[in-house]
Amino acid sequence: MTLRRVRAIAKKEIIQVLRDPRSLMVVLLMPLMQMALLGYGVNLDIKHVPICVFDREGSQQSQSVMKAFQASLYFQIVESERDYDGVKRAIDAGHCKMAVVVPPDFSQNLASTNSASVQAILDATDDNTANVALGYARSVVGAFSGNVQLQRTQSLGQQPPVTPAVAQYRVWYNEDLISRNFIMPGVVALVLALVGAQLTSLTISREWERGTMEVLVSTPVTRMELMTGKILPYFFIGMLDASLCLVIAVFWFEAPFRGAVTTLFLTTSLFLIVVLGLGYFISASIRSQVGASQIALVVTMLPTTLLSGFAFPIDQMPPAIQALTYLVPARYYFAILKSVFLKGSALGDLVAPIALLATYATIVGLLAARAFRKTLG
Amino acid sequence: MNDASAGEIRIVADRLVKRFGDFVAVNEVSFEARRGEIIGFLGPNGAGKSTTIRILCGLLRPTSGKAEVAGLDVARYPERVRENIGYMSQKFSLYNDLSVRENLRFFGGVYGVKGERLSKRLDFAVDMAGLKGREDALVADLSGGWKQRLALGAAVMHEPAILFLDEPTSGVDPESRRRFWHLIYALAGEGVCVVITTHYMDEAEYCNRIALINGGRLIALGSPGELKRSAIRGEILLVEGDDPGAILEALEGVPAARDVAPFGSSLHIVVDDAARDVAAIEARLKERGLSWSKIEPIKPTLEDVFVQLVGGDGARGAAQ
Repeated sequence: MTLRRVRAIAKKEIIQVLRDPRSLMVVLLMPLMQMALLGYGVNLDIKHVPICVFDREGSQQSQSVMKAFQASLYFQIVESERDYDGVKRAIDAGHCKMAVVVPPDFSQNLASTNSASVQAILDATDDNTANVALGYARSVVGAFSGNVQLQRTQSLGQQPPVTPAVAQYRVWYNEDLISRNFIMPGVVALVLALVGAQLTSLTISREWERGTMEVLVSTPVTRMELMTGKILPYFFIGMLDASLCLVIAVFWFEAPFRGAVTTLFLTTSLFLIVVLGLGYFISASIRSQVGASQIALVVTMLPTTLLSGFAFPIDQMPPAIQALTYLVPARYYFAILKSVFLKGSALGDLVAPIALLATYATIVGLLAARAFRKTLG
Repeated sequence: MNDASAGEIRIVADRLVKRFGDFVAVNEVSFEARRGEIIGFLGPNGAGKSTTIRILCGLLRPTSGKAEVAGLDVARYPERVRENIGYMSQKFSLYNDLSVRENLRFFGGVYGVKGERLSKRLDFAVDMAGLKGREDALVADLSGGWKQRLALGAAVMHEPAILFLDEPTSGVDPESRRRFWHLIYALAGEGVCVVITTHYMDEAEYCNRIALINGGRLIALGSPGELKRSAIRGEILLVEGDDPGAILEALEGVPAARDVAPFGSSLHIVVDDAARDVAAIEARLKERGLSWSKIEPIKPTLEDVFVQLVGGDGARGAAQ
């Protein structure tokens, strides 16, 4: 490998990127837009679920049930109904995800039989939200009955009932259980995978389409020189993008960052090499720019969102799908980023994913170099 | 340049064959080319000229046969061959979004030209293209003739011993073509072996030797003079008249006229003896009541050679 040739190619590539407004846009705007879109758009926390209430009794007791729901952060009472038709309309129209109905004999049952019930009607088109909302509703009602019990024993002058065992829990790494803290590393991994593969996906196919490749292959430049010279400029651009994304994640979206910058830098470089190599491989295999760019998008976007562990936890996938996730480089990088961000892991803690990522980089690099043939037709 | 046959051999093509599926693009093509020689590939579209050049550059692998360029087996040492060749493809292949200087620097770089030599070669190429003072112009803004000369300049940044030019002059105005040929002569004068494909008969006349290619086969190889002497047995009569179509039809039945072919608005007739056969031709035209303005013997052109060897359709295709 001659450094001079690598440099000549890298220099040419930089000039071309700087002169092409479209590629400059991909380089700078795409990551910004995706960070904004995903950072604001993806929110797995369920809060302020809109609900309606139908109080069939209108007593003091039934009102305090309503107040308990109103006081909860998880619910927001948006409508109050007078009959079941109103409840049906509100849920059909999608104004409310849940309806809370207090029966007409609520306080009477509470006083006499010790078992009064509150009805919850749920819109389960989004089963996840419905499940979570139901869980919250149970805990709201549970807290309410606890209070009723306490008041009752106190009014009888008895000791409050003894709770036999209490679970004391402490949440580590993401103390506030805010999903954004967990999402931001995933967003960074996703954006880098998308942008990285896009950056290099055009680099070879463009030359084939414009006819410049025919002469380039007639020169003594080797496959390794071409690949190195072509990927190098995009590596620096990719690192710039990565820094941009990470800075936005930490300072704008306030994702907690507990690791070392050097760990982040090293692992990010490795991941970038993988995705840039992937884009180059696609570009060298497909001689059309549009085709290469779209394939790069599909190959990075779908697996990274679905199989990296970002949207769905890997250990809950069926074994066959779990096996597939090993082929997704973002899986390793996402795991690394999560650890570095939330746990403050150092390089030593990340040996396994780093080794896998490095293996991946080597294989992709070899494939990419081989994919480019210095012959026509 | 006429002593080209004395120069050392730079290219050896030995029974080259290239098949694409059932289609035989190049069929048993063999030839040699020497230092300082300009060898022209002449033939209709799809004859296999470009394919042959691409094989010699190592861009295509031949189905069979052997190519040696600069004394090296192209199949075995493609990279070392590439250090010794310059190539201009049919399609313009410099970077439109780079300036003149940036393009030349790039090609100098990938050819491994450095330091003092690089700046010398850069000046040479800029000079050659006639682009002095416009080094920072974007190539996209240059017109055809300049682009073409710049592409030639880029192809010789590393002073290659062999230059392959694939239809370099297509789509360029006549003045630019003339200037381009001056450059090629100058390079050949310095010892560069030039292989050039062309459609233009007049350009073929500028070559030391012509390789006539048709249907993938090399059907004749020699200097323009040799080809005219060997391919045409007999003499050529030029006939001009008001109705060339009718004249053509009338003369096709005349035994003395071995071959009749239209050339623009006139006709070329191949006869054994011009002085003797004029009478028979005039007699037939009178018999048909056709008038003519001119019947005279002329020197055969390459086009006549082409008509003889390839047949009318191929020749017209090549001559456009």
